[in-house]
Parts: sequence; C-alpha cells; structure tokens
Amino acid sequence: MSSAMLELILKATLDTLYMVGLSGLVAAALGVPLGVMLYITRPGQILARPLTNRILGIVTNVGRSIPFIILMVAIIPFTRLIVGSSIGTNAAIVPLTIAAIPFVARLVEGALNEIPPGLIEAAQSMGATPYQIIVKVLIPEARGGIITGLTITLVTLISYSAMAGAVGGGGLGDLGIRYGYNRFDPLVMLITVVILVVLVQGFQSLGDALVRRADHK
Amino acid sequence: MIRLENVSKTYGSGAQAIHALKPTDLHVPQGAIHGVIGLSGAGKSTLIRCVNLLERPSSGRVFVDGQELTALSPKALNHARHGVGMIFQHFNLLSSRTVFANVALPLELMGVARREIRERVQPLLELTGLTDKLDKYPAELSGGQKQRVAIARALASRPKVLLCDEATSALDPQTTTSILELLKDINRKLGLTILLITHEMEVVKSICHRVGLIAGGKLVEEAEVGDFFTAPKTRLGRAFLNAFLELDPPQALLERMQAEPGEHTHPVVRLAFRGDSVALPLISRLTRDCDVDVSILEAKVESIQERTLGLMIAELIGTPDRIDAALDYLNAHDLQVEVLGHVQRNA
Repeated sequence: MSSAMLELILKATLDTLYMVGLSGLVAAALGVPLGVMLYITRPGQILARPLTNRILGIVTNVGRSIPFIILMVAIIPFTRLIVGSSIGTNAAIVPLTIAAIPFVARLVEGALNEIPPGLIEAAQSMGATPYQIIVKVLIPEARGGIITGLTITLVTLISYSAMAGAVGGGGLGDLGIRYGYNRFDPLVMLITVVILVVLVQGFQSLGDALVRRADHK
Repeated sequence: MIRLENVSKTYGSGAQAIHALKPTDLHVPQGAIHGVIGLSGAGKSTLIRCVNLLERPSSGRVFVDGQELTALSPKALNHARHGVGMIFQHFNLLSSRTVFANVALPLELMGVARREIRERVQPLLELTGLTDKLDKYPAELSGGQKQRVAIARALASRPKVLLCDEATSALDPQTTTSILELLKDINRKLGLTILLITHEMEVVKSICHRVGLIAGGKLVEEAEVGDFFTAPKTRLGRAFLNAFLELDPPQALLERMQAEPGEHTHPVVRLAFRGDSVALPLISRLTRDCDVDVSILEAKVESIQERTLGLMIAELIGTPDRIDAALDYLNAHDLQVEVLGHVQRNA
C-alpha cells in the first residue's frame, strides 16, 4: 500500500475522531442540561413545570424521530448558516450534534430515573435548594448512568459520522465509500471497517472503565 | 419545641380526596423523645413529613423552636430546615459519596468552609462510632452502619430536632437496639428533641417518653409511655399492647368464656400492676383478706423505662359477694383491673 494511501487513511481517521469528538462534546454540553430539565420539570419533581415538561418532551421526541440521513439533508440551510458550507467535516458536525442532543437528553433522563426518590427527599430535608440538589445529588448519583449514556452516544455518532461521509462529510465513511466501494478496493474497505471497529471498542472500553470508577453502588 | 396546630393533609379533591391526615394537634416539648405508633397507612409518615414540610399541610400551622415553618418563604424554609435533622427507613445515603462526604453534605449545603467541615464531621463520626469507616462508600457498610452515617449526617447542621421516619424498621433486632441506644445517647448528651414514627412497640418501649397512637389519619390516644403500656385507653391501643406482650387468655379458656356472668360463673380478669402496686404482695393478701382463690393463667413482668409493669391473667374463684369484695380491693390499689369475661365453674 502506498504511503499516500496510508496518509489518506490516517487523515480520515482523524477527521472521524474530530467530527465525533466535537459533536459529542457539544451534544453533551447541551444534552445533559436538557435531560436534567426533562427530569426536574416533571409533575411532582423539584422544579415541577408540567407545561414546560410537555413542550421539552415533544421537542426531544421530534428530534429523535427524524432519521439521521434525512435530518442531515433537511437542515442544510441551517448548517450553511452556521459553518458557511454544507459539505466537509465541519458541515457534518452540525447535523451530528443536533441528532445527538435529544439522544443524550433521553439517556440522561433515564439515568436520573434510577435515583431513589428518597435521596432527593433527604436533601430537601437538609434544606438543599433545587440547584444544590441538581449539583450535589442528581448529577453525582447518576454519574455512572450518564457516562454510560455518553458512551452509547459516541458509538452511535461514529456510525452516524460514517453516514455523513456518504454525502461529502469526510472521515472514514467517506473513505470507505469512495475508495472501498466506488473504486472497489477491498483492502481499503477492510481497513476502514477494522478502524471503525477498533474505535467503537476503544470508546466502549474507556466508557466502561470510567463507569467503574464513578459508580460505588 | 415541635408544635402542630390543626395540621391536616388531603390528597386530591372532591369525591376522590384522600384524607391522609385529619386535623391534628401535637406538641413535643424540648428534650423529649416522642413516638407516634400506628399501622401502615395510618398517616404517621404524612404526619412526620408535615413537620419539616416535606409534605406541605393542606391546613394548619407548624412550629419548630417557636418559628412558624408554614409561614416561611422557600428560602427561609431551607434555612429553617438546617435546624431539623431527619433520618429514614432506607437511610437515603448518597452512594457516590464516602461516609465522610455524606456527613459533610449538609454543611456543604449551608456553605460552611472546608476546614470547618473537617472539624465538625470528626466528632460526629466519633459519636456514632464510625471513625474507621470515613473513607468507605455506603455500599460497603451494613444496615446499622448506614443508619449511623445517616444519624451523623442529620446531626451535622446541629439541629434542635431530629425526625426519625421508621429509622429501625429495616434493621434486625440487635442492630435496632444499638441504633436506639445511640438515639437515646444523643438525646441525653445533646438535649436533642426527637420525634419518631414506628410500627414497633419495642421502639416506643425502649426510648420514648411519650407516645401517640395514630389510626385513620387521627391521633386517637396520647400518653406517657408508662401509662400507655399499663393502661391504653383505646381498643387499638390495647390491641397493640396485647400483640406486643402476647398476653391473651389461652384459646381453650376463650372458647369457654361468656360476656355476662351466669349463675355458676367466676370472672377472668386481666390485672396490670404498675406504680406502687408492683412491689406489694397483692395476690397473697387477696386470698387471705378477701377469701377468694386466685388461679393464675398467665403472668409477665416488663420493664418500661424506669417503671416495672406486671401483667397477669387470672380466674377469681369464690362466692359472688367475695369476688365483688376482691375486685373492690384490687381497684382500691394502683392496679388496672379488666374483667375479660366469665367462665363456668368447673365441677
């Protein structure tokens, strides 16, 4: 295999990591608070706002129900507004992030569901404010579940990013389609797949290790 | 220290309304250990949660340490809650925090400086016997140890009142005893006022000064623990006591017993000796002075706080006028006499 090819593979791998990393980061930064909001605004919860909760729930569900490949195309004008282009790695990050936010939010909400209600009650009995309950009780107690959720999100983003490659997003998906499929180079296809598998395994193992450290249940 | 005035709690409204707590008054003086006992669903959980407003009462006023909690803004209420510690049946410790960090939590919430937190947590761990466990996580502790952590945590903000919500119900009898000893110790050492709810007479017997009996969302009876154990005023109170003492007439006798006296019957009585009567040789005097025979069917002596309680089920055998004299004699002493029924004299 030529060194040019190797360079191409390396660049594609870094592109994928860049897309997944940045979209994962932004999705976590926005999705975790959204998940917390979904949880605390429920009826009977510490900041019960039933109407807000309904609206957030609907928005989240809409986000989650659009297939990624359609979402990617549908929001092209928005992507262009943000990054100035609708093709390339940066352009792929916008739909990846938007797809991941509701995904993260629901997983975080699920992780918060696992917290025994008595813990919140105990914190309230100590005079904790809603903000203190979120920061000192909810997030730390759900840490393991949240990390699990973020790991699942990253793995999903890797596969989404490969899809983004099909429409000019760059990265390993793009490489696999152009060289492996269109040029029918089985070796490139194989290498692409192997790298994707290794990435997924790597993220999963890292996530599992972090959960083990975070969880004392 | 704790005063509830006309406090009630209703869930839902209209026809579906559930009156979990009917208008209730309660007063627990400074330094007292007050128990509320009842069956599950009687409203005791609602009652204790109304004290620190984890449940906001539908009506009435709640005072702790002279401050009306029901009149406070949310912010002021959070501040006031630092003065009211609470422990729970299932401990409710944070699994993500070590023993030390769990006890430190209320201090963090109050904004106490890190150095001072360390200084204040240490003595609490000593008091609760946890000094060697401070780096452990709750998952590594036994139930009794967890409740000790919860107690240390509840005391961290130096409250004047401790609320115990079925604090020993998830523990085995031996651990229950040690936790109750700890609570008693805290009550004595710190002068802490304790309100506890439980369904176990054992808990009331071993640490409470006063006790309230709750049923159907109403406090139906309230008494000093010694009085409650010797002379409960309500049927439910007697049922609790008898179940606790396991002192009922033998089944065979129950089957022969009739409510009204007949021609050749003699009474079966339950005698509760308390106060001075415990020390007196009443039964032998009874046979000598009143000329009746006493057949003891069951008897038991219990120690409740500093008081001794004797219980006995006996048949009084003699002529009707002698039996009347015997009952008068018993009633004249500090003794509770309850005629359970009458049985036919054996031939």
